[in-house]
Amino acid sequence: MTHAAKSLAALALSALLAPAAPLVAAEIWVTNEKDDTISVIDIATLEVVRTIATGERPRGITFSKDFSRVYVCASDSDTVQVLDAATGKILHDLPSGEDPEQFVLHPNDRHLYIANEDDAVTTVVDTETRKVVAQINVGIEPEGMAVSPDGRIAITTSETTNMAHWIDTQTQQLFANTLVDARPRHAEFTAGGSALWVSSEIGGTITVFDTATQAETGKITFDVKGVHPDRVQPVGFAFTEDEQTAFVALGPSNHVAVVNTQTLEVEDYILVGRRVWHMAFSPDKSLLFTTNGVSGDVTVIDTAKRQALKSIKVGRFPWGAALRP
Amino acid sequence: MRFLITLLMALCPAAFAAAAGLEVPVIYLKQQEQQPPTLSNLDPPPADLGETGARLGLADNRTTGSFLGHSYSLEAVAVPPGGDFAAAARAALTRSALLILDAPKPALLAAAALPEAQEALLFNAASPDTGLRSGDCRRNLLHTLPSDLMRSDALMQFALSRRWTGLALIAGKHAQDQAFAGALRQSAAKFGLEITAERTWDYGADMRRNAAQEVPLMSQGLGRHDLLLVADELQDFARYLPYNTWLPRPVAGSEGLVPAAWAPVVEQWGAAQLQSRFQELAGRKMLARDYAAWAAVRSIGEAVTRTGSADAGVLRSYLLSDAFELAGFKGRPLSYRSWNGQLRQPIPLATPRALAAQAPLPGFLHQHSELDTLGLDAPESRCGAFQ
Repeated sequence: MTHAAKSLAALALSALLAPAAPLVAAEIWVTNEKDDTISVIDIATLEVVRTIATGERPRGITFSKDFSRVYVCASDSDTVQVLDAATGKILHDLPSGEDPEQFVLHPNDRHLYIANEDDAVTTVVDTETRKVVAQINVGIEPEGMAVSPDGRIAITTSETTNMAHWIDTQTQQLFANTLVDARPRHAEFTAGGSALWVSSEIGGTITVFDTATQAETGKITFDVKGVHPDRVQPVGFAFTEDEQTAFVALGPSNHVAVVNTQTLEVEDYILVGRRVWHMAFSPDKSLLFTTNGVSGDVTVIDTAKRQALKSIKVGRFPWGAALRP
Repeated sequence: MRFLITLLMALCPAAFAAAAGLEVPVIYLKQQEQQPPTLSNLDPPPADLGETGARLGLADNRTTGSFLGHSYSLEAVAVPPGGDFAAAARAALTRSALLILDAPKPALLAAAALPEAQEALLFNAASPDTGLRSGDCRRNLLHTLPSDLMRSDALMQFALSRRWTGLALIAGKHAQDQAFAGALRQSAAKFGLEITAERTWDYGADMRRNAAQEVPLMSQGLGRHDLLLVADELQDFARYLPYNTWLPRPVAGSEGLVPAAWAPVVEQWGAAQLQSRFQELAGRKMLARDYAAWAAVRSIGEAVTRTGSADAGVLRSYLLSDAFELAGFKGRPLSYRSWNGQLRQPIPLATPRALAAQAPLPGFLHQHSELDTLGLDAPESRCGAFQ
């Protein structure tokens, strides 16, 4: 092949590839619990493009509605930090209560519901006035946080009390407490808000609740071939756009389960890095990024093919993941 | 009234549970003992060892109970050295059928044999005696502290996985030392390792001054070995062995690399939270017997939460069933062995500053649960009381 032909081929190849890359590069932000940093992954290149310093032991991470700011639970600094998403500069801290681990931003884009892991408390903070709106006593080691799409219900799960606590966001009071299996870690409402899913790490299950009645309507169990059931420990999970499918991180079994949300049956298991923890989708949900705490990397999954594409080295103990489109 | 309750139920299940009310009194009964003197005065066993673990378990249970209308209490009773433990247990049983026992084997057996205790639920949170999990087991006595044999099995799995197949053993003269030494011998045989030389620690000298002179000489006679085992359960002399041995060899057992139910360096699997809650409550680090007492109280709490009952018989059945699982901050659910009432649990292998490994180690397989590669498995236990 002549030089010119080579160049032409390269040009043709890049032209073929180009449409796959979005015009403005979307990013996945990953908190590194034992490095006090955020690794920013460019979704187009699947490379870490920058690393941002945070407070101590960053875990939960979420963006404001317009993606101009990012909130980070700096657990050992006992604060929630607010960063400028464009520059990565820390703008200010929010009063979060002790040891904030995980949080959820209310649809009003103002109120953060924060789980204070060491304190058996959920703290509600107004991100505009930077004041604590309410503190709600919940079970021991609160962790999983969710808010219903209509904003009326917030959920805290408590790891040692083994409950989902249902908070009325009007009164900031508990109106129901429902038992789940041992060590609940994560909670999510389905997009329509009719159901709540709660994962139990030690119980090895996901419990599905009917939002209207808070009654349990189903339970998902997992069975990874060659892995003892004790080590199959569901943690973070996420739903696809059409809500037909959920991806569930199974902790030290090093697999992500693909669950049919209608039948609650597991359709596939995808091998990922070690102690898979939380996850975030690309904007079109064609790619899923999982944080693997023990191996210190992020696995990129092709959600259509249900295959792992690549591992990306990040910092030590990657924990949370959030999309910046 | 019935209308009101129905209304309450409809409006708020938690409020109804609170109205229903359920009292769960637990008594922590301790036999105080005169401890023999040790060479070092650096770190005597804490006076509240065990009991504060139970108190932390109570705090955990109370939080759950507050959402369900279950009211937990814990009363601590101490029997002075030489006191009548069985009489104290009999008195306690008039107030609760749920007892946590912190006592040596004879006292445990005396309490378990009481007519008043036959339908009660007793937890051994202090004695590692392997016989209590075998021929001397009792139907009404569960065990949350691992047996000596569970600990020694954990250590031998580690030694084998490192290919440290030649072992030497130095054991103290106390009954607890000899029991642990016996477990080490049994485990070594089980995993195909060989203890090629043994010594009994029988020196009157003050080792704080003389360790450098005495230990090399004594250990020179042990010959070639990969790992030096030490059985010194009262923490008398073993601390003077590391770095003073004739051959440069790691020390494990009661000192150095220690297999135990719990250690202050366990931090994975959410353990950091348990450690910090304990530190806040006790003003000190959480130790193995604190963990055993915590696990006993939490077992009761978990069983009450899931069954809605405080009846000892109902709780016992639930605890021994497949449904029970306790999140014990060791990475996998804990449960009770149905053949002898022993709490099935991973065993941390800890140095003073870090966790070296946690047994069961990878590769030690079992047809039901890898956790049952530690201690007496069903075919090995001579316990018949649980059938």
